[in-house]
Amino acid sequence: MKIRLSFRLNGNPIELETDAERRVVDLLREDFGFTGTKEACGSGECGACTILVEGESRLACLMRVGQLEGRSVLTIEGLSDGKHLHPVQQAFVEAGAVQCGFCTPGLILGTIDLLRRNPRPDREEIREGLSGNLCRCTGFQKIVDAVEKVVSSPAEGSDPCPVG
Amino acid sequence: MTTFSPDLANFSVRFDAPGKVTGAEKYAADYYGPDLVWAGVKRAGAAHARLKGIDCREAEKLPGILGILSHKDIRGTNRQGIIRRDQPVLVDDKVRYPGDAIALVLAENREALGRALGLIRVHLEPLPGVFDLEAALAEDAPLIHEHHPEGNVLLKGHLLRGEVREAFQHCAVLVEFVFQTPYQEHAYLETEAGWARMEPDGSLTLVASTQTPFRDCFEVAEALGLDRETIRLKVPACGGAFGGKDGITVQSLLALAALYCPGRPVKMWWDREESFTVSCKRHPARLYYRLGADSEGRFQALEARLHYDTGPYDHLGGAVMTLGLEHAGGPYRLPNIDLKAWAVYTNNPLSGPFRGFGVPQVNAALEQTIDLLARKLNLSPLEIRKRNAVVAGDQNAIGVHLTASTHLQECLAVLETHPLWTGKEAWKASAGPFKRRGVGLACVMHGQGYGPVVPDVATAKIELTGPGCFRIYSGVVDMGQGNSHTYLQIAGEILNQPQSRLEIVRPDTRETLPGGSASASRTTYTFGRALIEAAQELKQKIREKGAELFGAWDLEEVILMPSVVSHVPTGWKIPLSRIAGELAPEDCLAIHSFQAPIALDRPSPDPALQLHGLPHLIFSYGVHLAAVEVDELTGLVEVKKYLAVSDCGRIINPRIFEQQIQGGIAQGLGYALTEEFRVEQEKVLTRDLAAYILPTALDLPDMESVPVASFEPSGPLGLKGGGEIAVDGPLPAVANALAEACGIRLSQNPFTPERVLRALREQGV
Ligand code: FES
Ligand code: FES
Repeated sequence: MKIRLSFRLNGNPIELETDAERRVVDLLREDFGFTGTKEACGSGECGACTILVEGESRLACLMRVGQLEGRSVLTIEGLSDGKHLHPVQQAFVEAGAVQCGFCTPGLILGTIDLLRRNPRPDREEIREGLSGNLCRCTGFQKIVDAVEKVVSSPAEGSDPCPVG
Repeated sequence: MTTFSPDLANFSVRFDAPGKVTGAEKYAADYYGPDLVWAGVKRAGAAHARLKGIDCREAEKLPGILGILSHKDIRGTNRQGIIRRDQPVLVDDKVRYPGDAIALVLAENREALGRALGLIRVHLEPLPGVFDLEAALAEDAPLIHEHHPEGNVLLKGHLLRGEVREAFQHCAVLVEFVFQTPYQEHAYLETEAGWARMEPDGSLTLVASTQTPFRDCFEVAEALGLDRETIRLKVPACGGAFGGKDGITVQSLLALAALYCPGRPVKMWWDREESFTVSCKRHPARLYYRLGADSEGRFQALEARLHYDTGPYDHLGGAVMTLGLEHAGGPYRLPNIDLKAWAVYTNNPLSGPFRGFGVPQVNAALEQTIDLLARKLNLSPLEIRKRNAVVAGDQNAIGVHLTASTHLQECLAVLETHPLWTGKEAWKASAGPFKRRGVGLACVMHGQGYGPVVPDVATAKIELTGPGCFRIYSGVVDMGQGNSHTYLQIAGEILNQPQSRLEIVRPDTRETLPGGSASASRTTYTFGRALIEAAQELKQKIREKGAELFGAWDLEEVILMPSVVSHVPTGWKIPLSRIAGELAPEDCLAIHSFQAPIALDRPSPDPALQLHGLPHLIFSYGVHLAAVEVDELTGLVEVKKYLAVSDCGRIINPRIFEQQIQGGIAQGLGYALTEEFRVEQEKVLTRDLAAYILPTALDLPDMESVPVASFEPSGPLGLKGGGEIAVDGPLPAVANALAEACGIRLSQNPFTPERVLRALREQGV
């Protein structure tokens, strides 16, 4: 069934007609070319497809496109301004939290949501907050280090929780 | 992208990290294109059966279906495989495991594809299946490959040294131990994916997530009856592989699909369930150990029987078994050994390369056997290892002379003074109510490279580009481990250039030169050596041109600096961009090959074992410590602290090294505690990441990695391989810690709460 859909994607208003049953992950990847939203399980277990909807993390493999109506969506492509990395991205780069990188966009957006809910998590809280995101390469230690880094020295003037 | 790249001359930040954190990096799964065709595979779903027919009539009628192909559409050998080509691209005679491919469907979209796959009817005549390792060896067992001369034995190996029977008779102590390990699934986050297109000039472009681009082209060409030269395989960023993409996954099927819709891009991307069903896994193994020592705890004799379940196809199973056989006696002095190993065909899921390559299995059995022996002798687990660990100049257990750097004793010495070791009694004593704590050790060793017969060669190419930067052409895949960043660093060190003046071309069979597989802990060693030579040659050409332009007599006066060549006595400088313009195009390039040295010892005269990699010359070593807490009420085993002390030669990039060690430990802890891939006869019971439990951030401790200062003279800048060794230690270290905590020793991993609780109950806890 076709529906008309309007929402904001990385700050830009979008209007389109599409099949209501499609998954958001497919819409983003296939129609918009936003391949930073990864799919690794397709069933809500890995967090690779995490996006922010109204600033809250959502799994794009479990959402149907109709659920985006009227809302604002942020994908990894919309996180930095194109010149500077978002502080969470910067921290992942500097802490060595990136190996194959397939889990990375989801983990970064998941981190942003975690920091929105709890701006000063300790190491245990970081581990708990990210436990819905799988990573097969890193063993998470450097990812936790990266988040700790953001928490201990928040970059000035940057919005830690962009809505998109 | 450059706007994001923090230019750190010290190379501490991986060049590929900015692209990965912004989502800009492209993986094989990220290739689409106008007019895209989706390709998918009908799987057998049965373990052992004769193929009688395929009925596609209903499926073909669906709108959006472009074609359905079977083995009849394949012009080549329709066989793929690395050592034995025993796996069909599309089944033509019989089905040997549920993941076998029967038909290939091409569709305009994924919805049509899914519906068509559901409508294809496969007519199979069931055959009795072989699901147990030992049953597969029985005289009258059904044969998986009727024409294999050894029946269901893909490969067997035997290593004999000294007088084992006699030595056992003189041992003061003797222990026996049997251990069984299950499948481990790679569970890389990026499932198998690729993209292909037949170009107007008749060539075939493939993009795939693979560890072996050059070898893949050979295999695809042979299987499909194509000219290898017409196939171009490009490897973009790879979302993890760990050995699971060492060998063909989507490549042949995608190429076949592309042949049938010329000009249109074709995409194949397995979903998680398909990946779980089809992909290769760590070999399940049954290991029988018998170890004897004198009253001082010095090992005298070892007997071991190793059974590896290799599943339906070779897929490097023989090589995995051979590495296991080679490592079965570990890094110890052992004058008398009798080691036998079998890689056995079954109708179970496909086994194959997985980080550690047969070693995690044997190390789990050996290192537990050692602890059992130490207990009998009342020796500490550390002491017994110190008494037996090899030093440089020794022969190892299978008799190979250790002429390369060997620093296991140094690793043990570091551990001995580490607070996790010295403070272990206090830590154990402070366990809370209903908790028990234990600290376990395991030594590790890991051979690097291909062994004596298959040449371990890589060819590096480096270019001075027009703007005066350096471009490294790497034919070796980086599946996330960071080897390509280390290449930049090596070239940067030789050429005295910062990261911002270096770039890398990823594997592309047309642009880059063969570099071998991204496997066997060899990537940085072999390609790194080739690259050093190439970079030095290019540096020489640049300095010579500089000397000519400066009018300098003495080449020593001309040095290479970031972006310029400089004449030291006068301080004159010429930009590298000008040098690039002055040099003839062929002089802007340097190409060099390096072949890794091989061991001269022949522990076995068996040419098959040599072909499959026995023995190695260079080994990395280490010792691992796991501190675990067991909950008596739930059976939950938690690893609280972890230490890995490693001898991997000189560490060129500490952060990348740590990433590798931590990632390897995490995989090893998953293997020890939670990861269990279950099959029952024909049914794969583990189909998704809800059933296959990977460790999350909550399940893993902080892990400390301490490299010992060592240097391998043959290695690039002194390094040895570090890709695999970390995965060999966690299972035995945890098992030994669990035994120390509460006296239970399970006969199989993972040590799930159910198993631990049952064992505790049996003990009356
Ligand atoms: S792909 Fe959506 S949670 Fe795994
Ligand atoms: S970096 Fe590879 S899955 Fe996380």
